[in-house]
Amino acid sequence: MKNMTLKLLIWRQKDANSPGEMVPYTVENVSPHMSFLEMLDVLNEKIIKEGGDPIEFDNDCREGICGMCSLVINGIPHGTQHRTATCQLHMRHFKDGDTITIEPFRAKPFPVIKDLAVDRSAFDRIIAKGGYISVNTGSAPDANSIPISKEAADLAMDAAECIGCGACVAACPNASAALFVGAKISQYTFLPQGKPEAKRRALRMIEQMDAEGFGNCSNHGECEAVCPKEISILNIARMRREFLKAAIR
Amino acid sequence: MASKPYDTTFLTTVGKKIVMAITGLFLVIFVVEHMLGNLFFLVGADAYNEYSHKLLSLGPLLWAIEIVLLAAFVFHAFYGISITLYNKSARPEKYKQLRSAGKPSRKTISSTTMIYTGLILLIFLVIHLKSFKYGTYYSTVVNGVEMRDLHRLMVEKFSTPLYTFGYVAVMILLGFHLRHGFWSAFQSLGANHPRYSAGIYTLGVFIAIILAIGFVAVPLWIYFTQ
Ligand code: SF4
Ligand code: FES
Repeated sequence: MKNMTLKLLIWRQKDANSPGEMVPYTVENVSPHMSFLEMLDVLNEKIIKEGGDPIEFDNDCREGICGMCSLVINGIPHGTQHRTATCQLHMRHFKDGDTITIEPFRAKPFPVIKDLAVDRSAFDRIIAKGGYISVNTGSAPDANSIPISKEAADLAMDAAECIGCGACVAACPNASAALFVGAKISQYTFLPQGKPEAKRRALRMIEQMDAEGFGNCSNHGECEAVCPKEISILNIARMRREFLKAAIR
Repeated sequence: MASKPYDTTFLTTVGKKIVMAITGLFLVIFVVEHMLGNLFFLVGADAYNEYSHKLLSLGPLLWAIEIVLLAAFVFHAFYGISITLYNKSARPEKYKQLRSAGKPSRKTISSTTMIYTGLILLIFLVIHLKSFKYGTYYSTVVNGVEMRDLHRLMVEKFSTPLYTFGYVAVMILLGFHLRHGFWSAFQSLGANHPRYSAGIYTLGVFIAIILAIGFVAVPLWIYFTQ
């Protein structure tokens, strides 16, 4: 495959309080082996060389495990490639001459910091309300001393795979955080260590989710389709069961 | 948890959807019953009038059912509107471009138009009650018993094209509303499981189609044959 030239339409916004707009760019010599973020690096290098203000975007591990990368690419959070975080999306999925639109994750609780970078600390505040267990778990042998069935361990892991990227919120027509919170509540429901605080965890995390201003889940299921970790909306149903168990005392 | 002076369970985003689900499922039971009742029309004028007479003579039981129904409608509509307005405010800056990521998403024309189909159904309900429940009172005698002649009122209403095709259109919208609403209610109540979710979804589509067909059958039959 030969290198490509792409047209980009990128959301530029100076800071949280300034209005933003879509700005066109052209980036040349894009190798199909580059990741999407590397393509943006190439563009930023060019912008810096020309004395411009580089485009701000979030990233960290670039291995699909940290949850820092974001971006709504051609109208879909993390792009059209299913089960893939933006950092794992490769340019071979695009064609020479394509126009690609890039926008930030949009939700009231995710204010834009600059350009494509948004503040997702609302998620941290939800976690701080109960996304943990309040005991010292000790070292690995201690953990192994409590037998856990394979099924329970698998289901807990399925939920724990959530990397907290916020794509679910970005894709939701209502900007609901139900999938994220559902995953973070669910992961503890299968494990003995999660049981003692189950009720408090469900009520407090949901209360914080609401306080942050995320919308109501209408069960569109768009979240599951964009989630890089394929978190299932069954976790949202499980969150509701946990909520009902906690609310009906 | 800091205790509140009142119970906030049903004011949370999760709790509101539980109210939507319970009232919604109750209304589904009601419309299924209503649709089946309508089919008595096809049996004959006397059968239909006798069926409605039996319902009307339930007395206090009927009132109780009507009060619960009214409450279900009011809560379902009120919560539906308030949830929609709130959801709009959760994303003040719109996307320039946003599209569906495809399967396994269940976002459809049905799921994104719930508020519109819902509002139309609400307006329809008022007109519908005005035309039938509180409509012209004709009386007839079946087997020596004096009763309301709803059959005659039906034939009268469904002989005008506007009323007939308006009704048909709204019933199709009801089908769309239920296509998303039915499975969504189960999901909102937490009643979802990998083994059953596909079945519940299919059942919802099935109920939506059967209801729409059942409801449009009688008006169309009247319009084209009477
Ligand atoms: S549920 Fe999926 S999309 Fe949502 S924050 Fe977790 S990993 Fe990201
Ligand atoms: S940068 Fe860490 S998941 Fe993409």
